[in-house]
Amino acid sequence: MTLTFEDFKPGHFGTFGPRHITRDEIVAYAREYDPQPMHLDEDAANASMLKGLAGSGWHMCSLMMRMIYDGFLHKSASMGSPGVDQMRWLAPFRPGDDLTLDVEVVEARASQSRPTLGIVKFKFSMLNAKGQTISEMITPIMIGRREAAAGN
Amino acid sequence: MRYLEDIQIGHRRELGSFTFTAESIKTFAEQFDPQPFHLDEEAGRKSLFGGLAASGWHVASVCMKLLVADGQRAKAEAEARGEEPPVGGPSPGFRDLRWIRPVLAGDTLTYSSEVVSVRATATRPGWGILQSKNVAVNQRGEEAYSFLGSVFLPQRGDAA
Repeated sequence: MTLTFEDFKPGHFGTFGPRHITRDEIVAYAREYDPQPMHLDEDAANASMLKGLAGSGWHMCSLMMRMIYDGFLHKSASMGSPGVDQMRWLAPFRPGDDLTLDVEVVEARASQSRPTLGIVKFKFSMLNAKGQTISEMITPIMIGRREAAAGN
Repeated sequence: MRYLEDIQIGHRRELGSFTFTAESIKTFAEQFDPQPFHLDEEAGRKSLFGGLAASGWHVASVCMKLLVADGQRAKAEAEARGEEPPVGGPSPGFRDLRWIRPVLAGDTLTYSSEVVSVRATATRPGWGILQSKNVAVNQRGEEAYSFLGSVFLPQRGDAA
């Protein structure tokens, strides 16, 4: 059963994960997209403000996307997103972390210009195993409405 | 990478270009964003995007790749002048990220970065925050992507 716009009501939606993070994947992403020493090398990272090897913030965004997809977006009528209102990188994520994604619906509104979809604004919080929120993202996603999905 | 005091509002740097091939779009999507319109040409054509479209996080990750390369160029230029450039800090986050137009297979984006503001931080003595607007335009000159990024920069302060 496909989740449509109507299935997203303001309030807590769900918690997904945990997702285990390895040193190899942190370094692999950093080599390709964010080769700053604090994401690649322990000694440089220890000397930085992050005080230890930590993943790129853009890697965090990409991991969040994958957990959103695996958690519920894969079985939804997602039609993409116009952007991100705000992303806060509150604390580093590290090799060995087990990350959990907490999903809250902030608001859901029908699109005036496109009657086949609605816009759901989410707040995604990524927590580590200690329960510390390490990143927080507020973003709208366009999701197809039930009538339109049934007509396909 | 410079000290906070050296930064000029409105200073703009060209970061370079990147072509999103179908192969690179699918490779990124398989790992991080396997929605059908990022993996399959036919699904892309039927979507709002109108073709195989790069994940927005791929477009964003490439921007970071070009920002880091530009920072390394700036560091090399400073060292060539005999200066010892400071080491920048991490970023506390970003705002107002917009995927303005789809980035389809074969599109080339050209990225740039412009300084919007600089300010001292109360919480981290010796550091300030630089905010910049980063933009990407496609091969037709249309804006496809933008965001307001922030990064910690050291202050020269009394040390210099």
